[in-house]
Amino acid sequence: MPEPRQEYDVVVVGGGNAGLCAALTARQAGARVIVLDSAPRPFRGGNSRHTRNFRCAHAAPTDVLTDAYREEEFLADLNRVTDGEADQVLARLLISTSVGCPAWMRQFGVRFQSSLRGTLHLGRTNVFFLGGGKALMNSYYAAADRLGIRVEYEAEVVGLNLRDGQFTSASVQLHGRTEEVAGRALVVAAGGFESNIDWLREVWGSAADNFIIRGTPYNTGRILRLMLDAGAEPIGDARQCHAIAVDARAPRFDGGIVTRLDSLPFGIVVNRHAERFYDEGEDAWPKRYAIWGRLIAAQPDQIAYSIVDAKAAGAFMPSVFPPMVAGTIRDLAGMLGLSGDRLEATVAAFNAAVRPGTFNHAALDDCRTDGLTPPKSHWAQRLDTPPFVGYPLRPGITFTYLGLRVDESARVVMTGGRRTANVFAAGEIMAGNILRKGYIAGIGMTIGTVFGRIAGEGAARHVDR
Amino acid sequence: MTVCNACRYCEQYCPVFPAMEQRATFAKADLVYLANLCHNCGECLYACQYAPPHEFGINVPRTLAEIRLESYEEYCWPAFMGTAFRRSGIATALLLAAAFSAILFVATFGQNPAAFNQAAPAGDFYNVIPHVVMVTLFGGVGLYVVAAIAIGVRRFRREVGLAAPMFNRRALRDVFTLRHLHTTGVDCTSGEEARSPWRRWFHHCTFYGFLLCFASTSVAAVYHTVFGWFAPYAYTSIPVLLGTVGGVGLLIGPAGLLALRRQRDPALSAGQQQGLDESFIALLLLTSLTGLVLLVLRNQSVMAALLIVHLGAVLALFLTLPYGKFVHGIYRTAALVKFGRES
Repeated sequence: MPEPRQEYDVVVVGGGNAGLCAALTARQAGARVIVLDSAPRPFRGGNSRHTRNFRCAHAAPTDVLTDAYREEEFLADLNRVTDGEADQVLARLLISTSVGCPAWMRQFGVRFQSSLRGTLHLGRTNVFFLGGGKALMNSYYAAADRLGIRVEYEAEVVGLNLRDGQFTSASVQLHGRTEEVAGRALVVAAGGFESNIDWLREVWGSAADNFIIRGTPYNTGRILRLMLDAGAEPIGDARQCHAIAVDARAPRFDGGIVTRLDSLPFGIVVNRHAERFYDEGEDAWPKRYAIWGRLIAAQPDQIAYSIVDAKAAGAFMPSVFPPMVAGTIRDLAGMLGLSGDRLEATVAAFNAAVRPGTFNHAALDDCRTDGLTPPKSHWAQRLDTPPFVGYPLRPGITFTYLGLRVDESARVVMTGGRRTANVFAAGEIMAGNILRKGYIAGIGMTIGTVFGRIAGEGAARHVDR
Repeated sequence: MTVCNACRYCEQYCPVFPAMEQRATFAKADLVYLANLCHNCGECLYACQYAPPHEFGINVPRTLAEIRLESYEEYCWPAFMGTAFRRSGIATALLLAAAFSAILFVATFGQNPAAFNQAAPAGDFYNVIPHVVMVTLFGGVGLYVVAAIAIGVRRFRREVGLAAPMFNRRALRDVFTLRHLHTTGVDCTSGEEARSPWRRWFHHCTFYGFLLCFASTSVAAVYHTVFGWFAPYAYTSIPVLLGTVGGVGLLIGPAGLLALRRQRDPALSAGQQQGLDESFIALLLLTSLTGLVLLVLRNQSVMAALLIVHLGAVLALFLTLPYGKFVHGIYRTAALVKFGRES
């Protein structure tokens, strides 16, 4: 049982990838470190538990990465998805530090997949954790234990003693009482606010009630709020989030990877009025992946339906939920709770507009519609081969972008531009410095790892002085 | 399995996951195949984001262990023996050994009471139980066991759809090295990040110990029938050397496996698995222990009694082979062959 008042060199709030990277780095530099995670032990690791890989620059093939992925190419990819809004200094720092990350991670027992096989075609740009993010976090926690880092689960930080940018202690609800944990430096790595439905409602209105949260229910944004209230400078837009289309039958929280649906480009997507509302063939994966959550969020009741026919069978990753299958479009409409007349009309109009072409899912092919609004610009094939298959869709939020501004030492910047003395941020809570919008696969974990290390180093150096 | 197939994070741990990915639905044959392909290394439970207490409650090692256990029972011949043996545990195995020993004892005493009164029996086992009796007894039991296992294997292969031959190079290499107990170069686990090579090494001791003992008996049989060299053989002879090394392996291996079993995370195994595992281990231990003691004391007057206890243990071990843990080796090999052929 901890004492009512405890003192550490470095207090890390958040037990995900970024928090553990910070804690391990600070501990290796000699600091006494405590990690406070609000989740119970089985759900430790925040959203990192649901991840699988991280993006990593490299100049030559390695045992875990094929070919080369140069820093300039990484930066170009990042700038393309963010429309150039990323902080270029931090982005370059991120990318150059990513190079050494696999070796750094390995010292803690982290294991990777070999680059030769894999489901996704990301073997050149992304390193895959063997067994995924939970296995990664298990390795980090075991290393933390070996190194003598104190870890407290179900430890909710409810207050920060932070004056003039100087942190002295945190109020922590732990074992049913509130304790004061003092530290000479603070690392906040507590994620975004995506599992705080009230906060989402402030931003999205009642639509938020129909959002599915793909990750941990413990990212309530409490630390983010405490920091903003203490005068930290916000970065990014509260409305910006990474949201994809997930199966509407997914659990409200923590459904993770298995609820996503890849069927969208193979057919049409309609709303509850059985009307199409966006070009399903607009762009290739992964960009299209990340737009559909927001598109569905803008539809009535935040629901949509992906409809494909027998030609698409086996072409996409199976969903964890069984598909709705029917012999006719009308029957399928009935199963999905849509108007049969309207869905038949929508499908008929779509089928009539499909131009002949050569279907090729792996490229932006020439199968498109003509004279249809909205068009389907690629992979347009008639829905004419029963059985017809439908999936209900909801917006599935992965994470939010609103965060804390940091400098290149991961130090939190206060409103007005002054830097905090001893408060550092890492991971999703500061990802907005680099990602104000858009997303490329695996960059969240890169940000967590790189800025976790930088924050841990900065915190330990501050303590050392 | 549906969750696994939509996730696939575990795909590089072992063959189970690639084999799963080749299937969209999971009929019984698929489940039996996957279950017997699983080596129960434990990695996929600790890596699983959907493991209990997550509401999906996925526990692949336990689910497959349960199916595996059912498959041992279902395909064995005759079926009622499988049921009987599953319900039994260590106690039944030991009782069986004791019963065989008692029968042998009574029979020997009736035929040749003097066998128990020799001051210096000079290791002559056949003076206690004549060679012809031993050959008849063990030959008969051996034939029965081979037939029973063959029928079980045939049923298993028919279920999972595996055509002859039942081996290929890759599968044999996997079997002899237990490659899947050190996934991607690291050993199997019994808890988060609690990897150790011991389970693999103890299994090697058991497996190769068993093979060496079998080789010892085979060499002795050749000596006897082909060359007319009759037992007892010298301590430095090939049959005794093979038997001694094998016996020591069969002592260390099962003892280690038993100890590890007790420490292992119970979440990884099926509930009723213990009796099946431990009775096989107990009989192996009893066999090797009595065998080694017999070797040391073969010139003492207790030899006859020891011999009978040892033979009782061996008989019990043999008779239970088709119904116990032993078949896992054969079914797993079959599954690995199927995997080798599919990929």
